Amino acid sequence: MAIADLANPTRFLKFANRTIPWLSGLTVIVFAYGIDQAMLAPDDYQQGATVKIMFLHVPSAWLGMLGWGLMSVAALGTLVWRHPLADVAAKAAAPIGAAFTLLCLVTGSLWGRPEWGTYWVWDARLTSELVLLLLYLGVIALWRTVEDPSRAARAAAILSLVGAIDLPIIKFSVDWWNTLHQGSSVFRVGGSTIDSSILIPLFIMAAAFTLLFFTLHLAAMRNEILRRRVRTLRLMQATAVS
Amino acid sequence: MTPLAAILVRDMRIAVRVGGGALIGVLFFLVVVTLIPFAVGPNLPLLKQIGPAILWLAALLASLLALDRLFAADHEDGSLDLILTGRAPLELVVATKGLAHWLTTGLPLVIAAPLIGLLLNLDAPAEITLVLTLLVGTPALTFIGLIGAAIAVTLRRGGLLLAVIVLPLTVPVLIFGVAAANTVGPLPFGTPFTILCALTLASLVVGPFAAAAALRQEME
Amino acid sequence: MNAVNHMGFIVASYATAIAVVGALVAWVTLDYRAQRVRLADLEMRGVTRRSTPAQSERTIEQAKEKA
Repeated sequence: MAIADLANPTRFLKFANRTIPWLSGLTVIVFAYGIDQAMLAPDDYQQGATVKIMFLHVPSAWLGMLGWGLMSVAALGTLVWRHPLADVAAKAAAPIGAAFTLLCLVTGSLWGRPEWGTYWVWDARLTSELVLLLLYLGVIALWRTVEDPSRAARAAAILSLVGAIDLPIIKFSVDWWNTLHQGSSVFRVGGSTIDSSILIPLFIMAAAFTLLFFTLHLAAMRNEILRRRVRTLRLMQATAVS
Repeated sequence: MTPLAAILVRDMRIAVRVGGGALIGVLFFLVVVTLIPFAVGPNLPLLKQIGPAILWLAALLASLLALDRLFAADHEDGSLDLILTGRAPLELVVATKGLAHWLTTGLPLVIAAPLIGLLLNLDAPAEITLVLTLLVGTPALTFIGLIGAAIAVTLRRGGLLLAVIVLPLTVPVLIFGVAAANTVGPLPFGTPFTILCALTLASLVVGPFAAAAALRQEME
Repeated sequence: MNAVNHMGFIVASYATAIAVVGALVAWVTLDYRAQRVRLADLEMRGVTRRSTPAQSERTIEQAKEKA
């Protein structure tokens, strides 16, 4: 079945109904494995057990950025190709991405308190991640404020594309500025600096979180399609000649 | 359901819906506080020192947000006329709308303040003090705001005028609110706090009466 | 490095993660049920999607004009 076939909302609903159950199951399994491996992973020689917060913090950060990236791609779908499901994909992704960005900030703050002595510091990476959360909340507010779904979609699409500038800023903030947050240690030129006994559980947890993201996203897209059907039917009902 | 209770529920429902002021107020609060370190510099001890003042200012500005739609929206769809000709005393209706505004705009700010205080490096005693002063002071901000909202009701672009009218009136609340928030020790009880309480109590009475009078003037 | 002290932060992190994920799952699930209920309700009242796209288009246009 080609991707283009999914453009039809009804076919997409069928696809979602079939996919969500087993995708959720897979997510649970990978999480179980990931948490098991995370708990078994050795303590960091400097940080001790607090390094275990990394297994939550880093995947959340990646997912927060993935969410906005997905919204930006969907924005192109809306503005350039007028793909029918692009709007739905963008709207569904926003709350999920926002939640993971919030989780990243909170776990980071809880990790920072024992490690740096403070819950928060206004360095480049933390600030740009906070700005990402504000962007998310702004776009969610925009979705909720504009009544007509297609106008809301276009406005949100523009905001998503403009806000995407924050993503490279977050990624490279630790290189461009002097930050308290540690430098890139996973995806960097020359390979990761983290030992594989911790790196592998990290990747498993990242995979689990990513599966969770897509499960939630599919489900949220399904809900949004149903919501639009309800709205259309109610509009029809309101104007029906009895 | 009594008429006043019905108005309370209706206003609260509108505030949390699409285009309403409820959660956007908290978002604005967060955005304003985030801007401060960009302007003032990320110096944590400095932020801790001016933190309570910043949070009070941001709360004041965020409270102002939903105010301009308070009466204007009712005026536009005609419900204000119904309210004016209804049996419930206008002062009580205005007070009820004020209560709805505080519950949906002011109270979320009070709840969000401790988390946002963390961004400004406030410690636990300072947080508690701040929350108590905001809890007591935000109703004053709402009820004083009612006056401006009533005066600006018939204006289409009343938002900025409303701010210009209301902000000077809220200066005493701001002064004593920040002074109370800066008192040492978790509990802010002292002269500034007492005066803050007095200001709030006074505004709960003066606000609705003045706003009702203004509405009657405007709507004639 | 006092690992015992830091246990509180680790537990708080995992608890927050569970809370956030739980909230997301709850949101998605409850929203799904709400939409299904509304659709079933509308279907019960006989409001169904017209089979002719042209008819639906016209009705939606009328609705938009009136709204």
